[in-house]
Amino acid sequence: MRQVLSWLKKLGFGLLVTVIIVYTLFPFYWAVVSSLKQGTALFVVDAWPRNPAWHNYVAVFTEQPFGRNLLNSVIVATSVVLVSLFLAVTASFALARIQFRGRTLLMLMILAVSMFPQIAVLSGMYELVRALGLYNTLPALTLSYMLFTLPFTVWVMTTFMRELPKELEEAAVVDGATPWMICFNVFLPLLKPALVTTGLLAFIAAWNEFLFALTFTLSQEARTVPVAIALMSGASQHELPWGLIMAASVIVTVPLIALVLIFQRSIVSGLTAGAVKG
Amino acid sequence: MEESASPTPAPGSMLARQRVRSAWLFLLPTLVVLAGVAGWPLFRTFWFAFTNASLADPGPPEYVGMENFATIWDDPDWWQSVRNTFLFTGVSVTLETVLGMVIALTLNTRFRGRGVLRAAVLVPWAIPTVVSAKMWGWMFHDVYGVINEMLLHVGWISGPIAWTVDPKLSMVAIIAVDVWKTTPFMTLLLLAALQMLPEELYEAAKLDGAHPVMVFFRITLPLIRGPMMVAIIFRVLDALRVFDLFYILTSNSSESMSMAVYARQQMFEFQDLGLGAAAASLLFGLIALFTVVYLVLGRDSVAQEAA
Repeated sequence: MRQVLSWLKKLGFGLLVTVIIVYTLFPFYWAVVSSLKQGTALFVVDAWPRNPAWHNYVAVFTEQPFGRNLLNSVIVATSVVLVSLFLAVTASFALARIQFRGRTLLMLMILAVSMFPQIAVLSGMYELVRALGLYNTLPALTLSYMLFTLPFTVWVMTTFMRELPKELEEAAVVDGATPWMICFNVFLPLLKPALVTTGLLAFIAAWNEFLFALTFTLSQEARTVPVAIALMSGASQHELPWGLIMAASVIVTVPLIALVLIFQRSIVSGLTAGAVKG
Repeated sequence: MEESASPTPAPGSMLARQRVRSAWLFLLPTLVVLAGVAGWPLFRTFWFAFTNASLADPGPPEYVGMENFATIWDDPDWWQSVRNTFLFTGVSVTLETVLGMVIALTLNTRFRGRGVLRAAVLVPWAIPTVVSAKMWGWMFHDVYGVINEMLLHVGWISGPIAWTVDPKLSMVAIIAVDVWKTTPFMTLLLLAALQMLPEELYEAAKLDGAHPVMVFFRITLPLIRGPMMVAIIFRVLDALRVFDLFYILTSNSSESMSMAVYARQQMFEFQDLGLGAAAASLLFGLIALFTVVYLVLGRDSVAQEAA
């Protein structure tokens, strides 16, 4: 009796795990399956494609400027990461290692900015982007994305920066190192793992952003991937090219999933550092 | 305030003053950028909210007082968007908390394949919102969607349902996507909290022969209440500003808009920058309110961090 009960328990637990895995993975699986179907096969609900074909994957590049959109996303996300990391390293050095008046207030202000709803700055940002002559260009996106990547990177880097041993810094000060040298020559090499985590999270946030990219770009060639996918249209308004959309979705998702799985551990620690502590 | 992290020269000394000066120099670029992308645009939005600024009219906007707010107050579409946003926030955050807790508790037990489950759980989080919305939009397709097909197959519905067209049903679809996409985040935060709990407590409870359900409600839940509340408010803040899901999944009908979608529609589709800015300001006020709650609840941890 006891054995049966524990066996049932195990079975129930296994079932729970299976349900969770199916629930989390099915939509992605379905996108992959749909992207491999073509023509009328797409409109038949089959668990797997009968005649798998790459047609959609070719068409998304030939019928849409999707290659260009991908390049745009790469350029924007990379530049956002580089600029925010540079700014965050310097700012977090000051916030984590130096006592000065108004520091707590500054930290709270930066935290508050990370809570800004994007819509609240949209009209002002639009005016700024136009005034700077950046409308419909990628730098407009790099600039505006600082709104959410910068507070986040500063906050997380500050937590990491604070944990570095002060003996290192003291030794450097004795050797006559300036704060700049301490920050970039002594601390930066130690912060590499932190930089990877923070940079990756900023990259994902920039890669996924939709509202600013939708508002600050106009032409198909200037769009980033999320906007391109959202606005993909077919021959007529009611015939959405679902095969193409699913192919594009899979293309942008696979690298992200790969990155997330490779850096799983550091991502989890970075996320919890950013949300719970911050 | 503890002086743990930095070597501290005597206050007032040359070295100390130099350090403070360099601190401000180090912060300057970040502060300038933040003022440029957050402070100034926010200030302009607040200003636009009291003007008749319009994209159609290139002339300088005129001050109109509370007119925009009065217009919004009388607009049933605005109130519909407020109801939608609150309903969405309430239902999805609740579901995410419950589901996130179930998955976090599962992940917190030792079993073979735990790594696989944790990796699988992270996948929805990695997928861009727009892509999730499209993927689910296809699954919810009225004629060719797999969800209708499944429901028909098990006999829960008798005919295909137009999930994303009917405003009531599109809310179901939107919540389904959001729950799917953001439960991993909740799971991670709750799991982090669960892993901090001392094991001795559970051993003691086991010795006392306490039922697992009772252990959960009497021991686990009270102990992780703090981190859980912070996670919930964090999610609420995020859900209140929802834009992508509503914009993509509901073909922009006036009955199924979120507050952010309403604001953007006024600004850019109807070109009424002032009216849209007023709506955006109201949403900002709402979120600011919740941010204050968040900061007060998380005050201890934040104060520790900042000290």
